[in-house]
This record gives sequence, C-alpha cells and structure tokens, in this order.
Amino acid sequence: MLCIKQMTKIIKNGEVIESAFTIVKDENFNIGIANQLLPLSIYLKNQENLMGRNDYGVWLDSNEEIEVLSGIIHFNVIALNFPSFNDGRPYSNANLLRERLKFRGEIRAIGDVRRDQLEQMVRCGFNAFEMAENEDLAASLDSLQGFSLSYQATADRPEPLFRKR
Amino acid sequence: MYTYDPHDQKLVDERVAQYREQTERFLAGKIPAEEFQQLRLRNGLYVQRLAPMLRIAVPYGMLSSKQLRKVAHITRYYDKGYGHLTTRQNIQLNWPHLEEVPDILEELASVQMHAIQTSGSCVRNVTTDQYAGSAKDEIEDPRPWAELLRQWSTFHPEFNWLPRKFKIAVSGSLEDRAAIQVHDIGLRIVERDGIRGFQILVGGGLGRTPVIGSQIKDFLDQKHLLTYTEAILRVYNRYGRRDNKYKARIKILVRAMTPEVFREKVEVEWASIKDGPGTLTVKEVNRAKSSFSPPKYDALTDIDPEQALISGDAAFKNWLKQNVLPHKMPGYAIVNLAVKATGIAPGDITDEQMELIADLADAYSFGELRVTHEQNITLADVKQKHLYALWQRLVSENLSSPNLGLLTDMICCPGGDFCSLANAKSIPVAEAIQRRFDQLDYLHDLGELHVNISGCMNACGHHHVGNIGILGVDKKGHEFYQISIGGSANFSAAIGKILGPSFAQEEIPAVIETIVQVYVTNRESEEQFLDTLHRIGIEPFKDAVYQTDD
Repeated sequence: MLCIKQMTKIIKNGEVIESAFTIVKDENFNIGIANQLLPLSIYLKNQENLMGRNDYGVWLDSNEEIEVLSGIIHFNVIALNFPSFNDGRPYSNANLLRERLKFRGEIRAIGDVRRDQLEQMVRCGFNAFEMAENEDLAASLDSLQGFSLSYQATADRPEPLFRKR
Repeated sequence: MYTYDPHDQKLVDERVAQYREQTERFLAGKIPAEEFQQLRLRNGLYVQRLAPMLRIAVPYGMLSSKQLRKVAHITRYYDKGYGHLTTRQNIQLNWPHLEEVPDILEELASVQMHAIQTSGSCVRNVTTDQYAGSAKDEIEDPRPWAELLRQWSTFHPEFNWLPRKFKIAVSGSLEDRAAIQVHDIGLRIVERDGIRGFQILVGGGLGRTPVIGSQIKDFLDQKHLLTYTEAILRVYNRYGRRDNKYKARIKILVRAMTPEVFREKVEVEWASIKDGPGTLTVKEVNRAKSSFSPPKYDALTDIDPEQALISGDAAFKNWLKQNVLPHKMPGYAIVNLAVKATGIAPGDITDEQMELIADLADAYSFGELRVTHEQNITLADVKQKHLYALWQRLVSENLSSPNLGLLTDMICCPGGDFCSLANAKSIPVAEAIQRRFDQLDYLHDLGELHVNISGCMNACGHHHVGNIGILGVDKKGHEFYQISIGGSANFSAAIGKILGPSFAQEEIPAVIETIVQVYVTNRESEEQFLDTLHRIGIEPFKDAVYQTDD
C-alpha cells in the first residue's frame, strides 16, 4: 500500500510552506517513491537500497535514541515525533542531534505539536513544524519567537547568558 | 540577597506578557483545557477543590521586606487576606481568580518575584538552609549556588516536559537543614584538601515510594555544577518512565537502573559537555557570591544569656530557649517566628502579620527574612540586645509561640480542606493535636519531636520524615489516618515505619499521646524521641497503641 497524502502545510524557518514529504507509518510502503519520511527501523534495514539517494528523510519516535544515527546520516530531513505534547524526550533528541551529531539539516517536529511549545522546540534545534490538527499555522508563527534572552546554552544559543554578563 | 539585573527583569516581564496572552486565548476558547492546564501549572496555578491556587516562588526562601509587603497587598486585594507558607519555602494563595492571575504576576514582577515553575513536570524552586549565611556550622553559604541553579533551570527548553516534577536542595552546613536526602537531587557542600566541592545524591524523595537518595558523586568541583546537573536531567528526561505517573520520579529510575548504572550513564553524558560553555566561570561565581555578601554587622560581643533573661518573664525565657539560635557573629542571634499558633492552619499567615514581619525585618534584621521548609519564618540577623523588644511585638501578633521544633510545631499540608488531591483533611488533625498538648512545660520537657501531617500520599506534609508521621488515607469513602514513627529529615535521614492499621480522625490525639507516653516512660536521661525508639524498637509503641482495642 502506498502512503498517499495530500500536501501538508508546515512551518519552516519562520514561514508557512507546503511540505514535500509524506510520513510513512507502516511496513507496507514502496521504497522507490521519493519524498518519504521513513521510520527509523525501516531506514536501518534499507540503508543499502537507499545508497546514493537523498530524496527521503527519517523519523524517530520519542522512545528511540538519536545516537543510533551517528555516522549514518545521508539525508537532509529528520523528523521527531511527539506522541503527546507533554512527552519531553524529542527535545533531548533534537538538542543532541545538533550538538553532538552536528546535524545541520532540517529537524521537523511531528505529531502532537502545539503552538505554545514552539519556542522551546526552536531553542532545542527544531526548525520545521508539522502542527497538531487544530492549530492555526498563521497564528502559531507569533509563538516562534518567545523570550528575547535565555540563561542556558542550547542549540540555537551556544553561550549561556552568564558568559555575556 | 540576589537583586535582578536588567536581563533577569526582562525575562520575568516577558513571561508575564506571555502568560497574559495565553490566559486570554484560553478564556476565548482557543487553548484546550488539558493543554492550558500544563501551561498554567508551569506558572504555579492549580485549580483546586474550591478555587484556583497560586504558588508564588520564593527562591530558596529569601524575601525582602518590600517583597513581603507586596505579597500582603496581593492577598488583600486579590485574595482573602492571608497566604500559606509551603514546605518548599514558597507562599501560596488559596483564592485567586484565574482571570486576575496575570495582574498578580505583574505586581509580583514589580518587586522581582514570579511564580515560574512552582508546579508542573519541570525543575521546581531550589531550596536550601533557612539559616544560610548566619549559621554557626556553615562551611559555605549555599545560596549563590541555589541562585545559579535557579537561573540555569528557569525556562530550560530541554527540561520543561520532564516525566515528573523535579526538586533540588542544597546544603552548605554540617547539619542538614534542607532535607537533601529526600530530594531528586541533593547537593551538599563539602571540603577536601582545602578545596570545596559538592557531594551529589540523586533519587531521594517522599510521596508514594519514600526513598533516601543515593550518592553518585562524592566530590564535584564547584565549577562543574551546571554541566553535571544537566547530565543528570538529560538522563532522567530520556529514560524516566512516562507510562505511569506514580513511577515517573527519578527515584524509580535510579532504583530500576541501580545507582551504579545510573551514575555511569550520567558520567558518559557529562563527559560530552564537561568543560563546555556551561562550565561556570570565576567571574560568574563571584557575581553570584557578591549578591549574598554578609550584611553590615556591628562589632558586638555576646550578651551573657543570664543577663538577657533578667529583663524577661518566663514566657520570654521559653521563647529564647526554643526559638532563638546562636549566630556566627558575636552579639547576634537567629530568630524563628513560629507560624503555628493553635487554632490556625499551620503555615497560614495574614496580610497584617506579613506587614508586621516586614516592619520587624526592617527594624531588626537588615530588611530580610526567610520562609523555612518547616513553614515558619526566620529573621536571621537580629542583635541580641533587641531580642526582648522584638519578642514583645511578636506576642501582640500571635507570632511568639515558643514551640519551634516541638511537637506542636507541625509540618502540615493544606489537606482536604483545600486540595483536590487529598484523601483526608490535615489542618483539623493538627489543631486537635495542638489542643491536646497545650501544656508548654510538658512540650519543652518532651524536647525536639517532629510531627508531620500529609492529607495524601503525595506527601506535601513530609509525613515519612516526621519523627511521628500522619498520613490521610481513604477507606471506603471515609477519612482515616495511618501513623508511622522513626522518620527523620537531617543528615541521618530515615523513613518512618508504619505502626499498623489506620485510625479515625477523632482517635488521633489520643494515639499521639499514647506514643508520647511510651517514649516518656522508657526514656533514659537526655534521650530524645528517636534515641529511645532506636533503643527499644517499635514493638512497645505498637503494643501500647493497639491494646486499646482489646
């Protein structure tokens, strides 16, 4: 079965755009199709078949550890799923992806992504957001900015405030 | 005490504006209730049995007189003219209106206060020794470290959605007055070869599963405090259980992994961030320390205690003996105001009392005061020659109960009268016990005896670490109370043992009296309650308490 879905609108780098990617959620899929976000387990099984391509991405659920991808990231989009808006694990995965794995591509939040958490996600390194069903994308743009300063060093601010005081 | 710079102020102001906008969207039906609940909790607002409850942060318990006057004003104009001191050294309002909370927060921000992260699954208010800076047994003032942790944890974007709430306590003295062994992270300042560092415990806690924390680091160089804490939080955020809220605290993770494995995971994580930008600089540590430099003490000598007593009557003598502690500076004393008068919910304090205390702090203690985790108030820098005058003013405001640390100085949660989580009431139980033990001489004779009461197993009243602990339980829709004995919250921390089947509310004062009688009958010379219990065991107490059923 093919996972066919109409184009989804997402927020990326501060703008509402059409997403080219479809999220694959089960084992029945056609690896030949372009622009799919593959589950981590499927990517790990099909690495050889995907060699030489970069028209796909990979998504991880909140209980999966980002370190698994260390040294084998040959694609430009990684999506991290929020099964529920109060599951905080994707924040750590995003932070580690930027800080430790030095990933510079797109980190997309998917799943139960709510407007009032966007600024925390930005600070942990997310730069694209497929919002939860009832969220108004245009209004959500207002919540991307958040606070004008922060105490901690995080993905988007390499130095803690105290080093500038 | 710590004073905000423009950065600190800006963040707090921005949070007020953000929260105001979130409240407006919620009231307009644009944020679902279950989502707004999480947003408001992270700003200290619970919705309770009778009304919302707002928990105002008092970082490590320190308040200026100006701040306390502002809280008094807020309780008068937005609430019912009183507040409640909590076991996390915070102040709660019991009757604010959800629509007015943004205004309350704006008022708080005008005196460098807030309600950020006083509830919700995030890092909560850092607590410490209420006598910090003044205690005789202090190795180092813990407050600069508590402030550095406060800043680091405030709006930490990675750790705002932890599996469960997270509490950190810091102690800098020989005696532990911050209960560090029953915290998610307990930090103790220690000295080794003339260098100061932190001993680090993790996974302590009360609640359903009381546990004493496990040491995972015997000595951490102080400059690594924030990176090491970050490593602990990251391991917890990633691996702590999220499927069952009763198994989600870090103590369950540490126990499941074993402290050794947990420690290894933390060390591996720490290796990647150690010496990174989060490492504290000498400049920053000095900046934090300079906020807590000692007040301008006069050069005094200690007054002969006998001489101080001559001027007073017996009640003053009792108060002096029980509520006043020695100070590191000659001629000064640490004074505790017991907010535990019989007939008033333990820790409840009126707007007028707050204003009086603010005046007294200005007159006698450099304009500063502390909220203690035993729900009292401390004036930490009082001249000994002012003690009598201070006491006289306390008497007129019902703040002079000379019962600090005694049986009637109970730690008590708001219980079923206010809290929607509670199984049972706790305030009337405390009051009934206070009424039963109304002979002050007898209380002094019993000596230090901590009675802690929680209305449910969330343990806000710290019942596990009370010498006598009382826990409200629900038994087929009726309120019952389970009694434990032998708990302790100092460096020799222990979790109390349950005595046996629970009791009805009206039986509690008699049960406590029976327990106390077993102690009095069996004690030898200067033994305190716990000493006698350790020597004779729990059986004589069980026998005495349950034989009444025969």
